[in-house]
Amino acid sequence: MTATAPTQTKPLIDVIDLKKLFPISRGLFRAPTDFVHAVDGIDFKIAPGESLGLVGESGCGKSTTGRMLVKLIEPTSGHIQFNDGDYERDVANVSRGEISEFRSRVQMIFQDPYESMNPRRTVFDTVSEPLAVQKIGTIPEREERVLDLLQLVGLTPPENFLFRFPHELSGGQRQRIAVARALVMNPRFVVADEPTSMLDVSIRISIMELMTELADELGVSYLYITHDLAVARYMCDRIAVMYLGKIVEVGPTEEILAHPRHPYTRALLSAVPVPDPSFHRTPVEIKGGISKAINPAPECRFIERCPFAAQVCEENPHPPLIEVGESHFAACYRVDEI
Amino acid sequence: MALSLDNLETRQVDPEKPLIEVDDLIMRYKIKAGDVSAVEGVTFTIHQGEAVGLVGESGCGKTSTALALLRLLPSNAEYISGEVRLNGTDLLRLNTDEMRKKRWKDIAMVFQGAMNSWNPVYRVGEQIREVLDTHFRGELTVDEQNQHMEGLFRAVGLPAEMIHRYPHEFSGGMRQRAVIAMALACSPDLIIADEPTTALDVIVQDQILKELKRIQRDLGMSILYISHDIAVIAEVTDSLGVMYAGKLVEYGPTSEVFARPRHPYAYLLLRSTPSITGPRRQLAPLGGEPPDLLHPPSGCRFHPRCPFATEKCSLEEPPLAEVLPGHRVACWHWEEVPELEEELKR
Repeated sequence: MTATAPTQTKPLIDVIDLKKLFPISRGLFRAPTDFVHAVDGIDFKIAPGESLGLVGESGCGKSTTGRMLVKLIEPTSGHIQFNDGDYERDVANVSRGEISEFRSRVQMIFQDPYESMNPRRTVFDTVSEPLAVQKIGTIPEREERVLDLLQLVGLTPPENFLFRFPHELSGGQRQRIAVARALVMNPRFVVADEPTSMLDVSIRISIMELMTELADELGVSYLYITHDLAVARYMCDRIAVMYLGKIVEVGPTEEILAHPRHPYTRALLSAVPVPDPSFHRTPVEIKGGISKAINPAPECRFIERCPFAAQVCEENPHPPLIEVGESHFAACYRVDEI
Repeated sequence: MALSLDNLETRQVDPEKPLIEVDDLIMRYKIKAGDVSAVEGVTFTIHQGEAVGLVGESGCGKTSTALALLRLLPSNAEYISGEVRLNGTDLLRLNTDEMRKKRWKDIAMVFQGAMNSWNPVYRVGEQIREVLDTHFRGELTVDEQNQHMEGLFRAVGLPAEMIHRYPHEFSGGMRQRAVIAMALACSPDLIIADEPTTALDVIVQDQILKELKRIQRDLGMSILYISHDIAVIAEVTDSLGVMYAGKLVEYGPTSEVFARPRHPYAYLLLRSTPSITGPRRQLAPLGGEPPDLLHPPSGCRFHPRCPFATEKCSLEEPPLAEVLPGHRVACWHWEEVPELEEELKR
């Protein structure tokens, strides 16, 4: 366990100093010398039943983090401790033999409902696949389970959907199938990577509501990856803001939105368009565009764009997350001055 | 003729004067299974210097409407009736050659997905030069063209020397800025911006929208924004049209439509957009799915999903009528829509 704040109950997910470096190939026989620091030493916890939003711009490492949590890619270093009752594992140590049991507890929902489904398989095949892989139940039992789930995700009457193919479904219906597939094994933890960003507004709301209801009913925890802070506000208990492989701020959702402390979070929030023409945003200017995380310098990742960068930022390594409020942490040396 | 950015003349804007009038436009796509009724009787006016937004979900006809203004529709599209008058000239009656002279010069377009609007094997400047060649053949020397393009790049916040670079050397945001520079090349009266920032990160989106707004004001241009993102439209437009299933269901000043949406669909759409400001209010649910436009519903096209639908709605089509000053709504029950507010509070 970590040395940070003691928790009463064991967190469901405890991420400790997680890193993922991608080598940049410079030719077949040359060892890579440059690395993209996609995720560069992050720590966070997710309590049972809690949903944490991971927000940031493209390339900040949020999807890489999500994929490591479900063991789609292996971390370079660090730990992901997963505690589900008696089942306690470091995700990195889950062996090939154990992976199907792990996958029954941890699932993922992908962004694009058009690409995450095999076009030649029916809804029944897609949703029941985890059961088939794990050899659970007979075919009639699986059918029963799939029908229940289709009902649960609001595809009614479920019999009408069972033997349809993805091309016969709309985007919203496909995403409901994706939710059903993720839930078929009764997982405790689901990583949802931009599950609504491809959907139209009205359908987006119904999928968001569905996921929230299911979380309450079934006690599922989410890591909700999104670039959209407004969506995160409706889906997440807490928000972690990532910038170039680092978590720069983390705290309760409303607290982050109302009192952002890190300069990057402030800039991000001030750039979000507001669906109210009478509202006037106060702009927070930052410099330039997002840079690349290739062999980053040791100092603060945000230093080049930060309007508040000072000597202290140049002379010290990337700042640690320090407590700035109740369960609210920000990684900035000048957090008290700005 | 000398063309520099200072020469991108700032128009004398008369906000009362219509620039482009879309009048009862009906357009269908012919496919094997029949006719898809994509744009059905759309009427609105963009005034000089005005920013108008069209919002709606996928397949509502907003992009088809925009492409129809430029006559850039695919070959299976058929104009059934209606007029698109630019300064009084009906664009739908021009021949191909006359229409080509209008594009970029009078109406320019900023397409969705800046990634795909550039040819990867030509330098960006060469591609903008093509537009200049079309409209000012022989009038500008290569040096003058370069100067003009450098001016355009500076105007949109790009380093001038980037006109000699290839598209892959630009980031996503820079590419979209370059697309805007190209749209400005011939100083058009109207820019149609179809989802101009959809693929971009929020900070870049904010910068680009501000840039577009500034340029529009400075030059006195009109802009037609097409977007599914209601928050973006709220920020940048003066007037707003909401489309559903090929029809314009509500149209009015943006602030008025946001404050008092009167069409049930517009109401639910605006109230189902999450926001980071204000109280965390209940989002309005909108059940069902948009209709199949091969067989659009009878009467009001929204009636199968509408909480106010009565028999009349399934039989008679409501006209887009002015219900409040400058605020047009196509609904038989527009007066009852405020009741939804009460219902949502419960």
